[in-house]
Amino acid sequence: MESKFYEKDKLLVFKINEEIDDCSVQKIRGKVDYEIERCMPKRIVFDFDSVTFMDSAGIGFIIGRYKLARVIGAKIEVTNLSKSVEKIFEMSGVLRLITVSKEVVNL
Amino acid sequence: MKEFFENEMKLEFVSKANNEAFARAAVAAFAAQLDPTVEELADIKTAVSEAVTNCIIHAYESKQGIIKVIARLKEDEIIIEISDNGKGIENINLAKEPLFTTKPNLERSGMGFTIMESFMDSMDVESIVGLGTKVTMSKKIQPKPEEDEKDFLLVAKE
Ligand SMILES: Nc1ncnc2c1ncn2[C@@H]1O[C@H](COP(=O)(O)OP(=O)(O)O)[C@@H](O)[C@H]1O
Ligand SMILES: [Mg+2]
Repeated sequence: MESKFYEKDKLLVFKINEEIDDCSVQKIRGKVDYEIERCMPKRIVFDFDSVTFMDSAGIGFIIGRYKLARVIGAKIEVTNLSKSVEKIFEMSGVLRLITVSKEVVNL
Repeated sequence: MKEFFENEMKLEFVSKANNEAFARAAVAAFAAQLDPTVEELADIKTAVSEAVTNCIIHAYESKQGIIKVIARLKEDEIIIEISDNGKGIENINLAKEPLFTTKPNLERSGMGFTIMESFMDSMDVESIVGLGTKVTMSKKIQPKPEEDEKDFLLVAKE
């Protein structure tokens, strides 16, 4: 996972490069929360372009970050979802809390 | 009499989170014999990942135990059994409800069983408290048109 903060726009972008499951989420969660609290963004974008697999751990991960974002007054967006990732987010209702954006952000 | 399967494989591994990726990749490689589409394969991988993760975080919790995966092929169908000797499920119907989880503190979403049910054709859960849990799932791989049939379909369209 890589991240970049665009100070001017208060935009924090995470590019996720791993398969998302219970194992990988345990590894990246701390780093993601640390970056969010350090940068205090207004917009947080998770780029799923390199995510080749995701199970329900991804739902819990996004809901957890949504809760943190709400505390600091930030909005969460996800982008570049594959068909199967989108299917899993849709089923869970999590898309009512976050925005699926079409815009591609280059790191 | 033992039921006849065209092919069968068994895996046993310890309940470590690192094995989630191993288990779903192994079952996917085995399922590839049925020539599934990318989407069918993704569905199978997701369902296996859910069941194996449940054994690790719910059945054995912080203890270590053995997880068994059996996959069988029968004509155009794959049947997958995933079992543990962990703590078992008290109320299976409640556990299957969407959003139900006994571990919200671990950021679990309670969507595991719902995903298994909707990504596979069938899912059955057997469990005895204190003894363990077995999840059996099956999925039929849709036949694809043969190459010459495809040509025929193209000609017919013209
Ligand atoms: N193998 C298992 N052993 C013991 N309990 C289980 C097992 N699988 C599932 N459960 C129980 O069923 C509940 C629902 O499972 P699931 O739908 O996968 O949601 P989640 O894993 O997010 O909690 C779990 O919270 C747990 O209480
Ligand atoms: Mg689960």
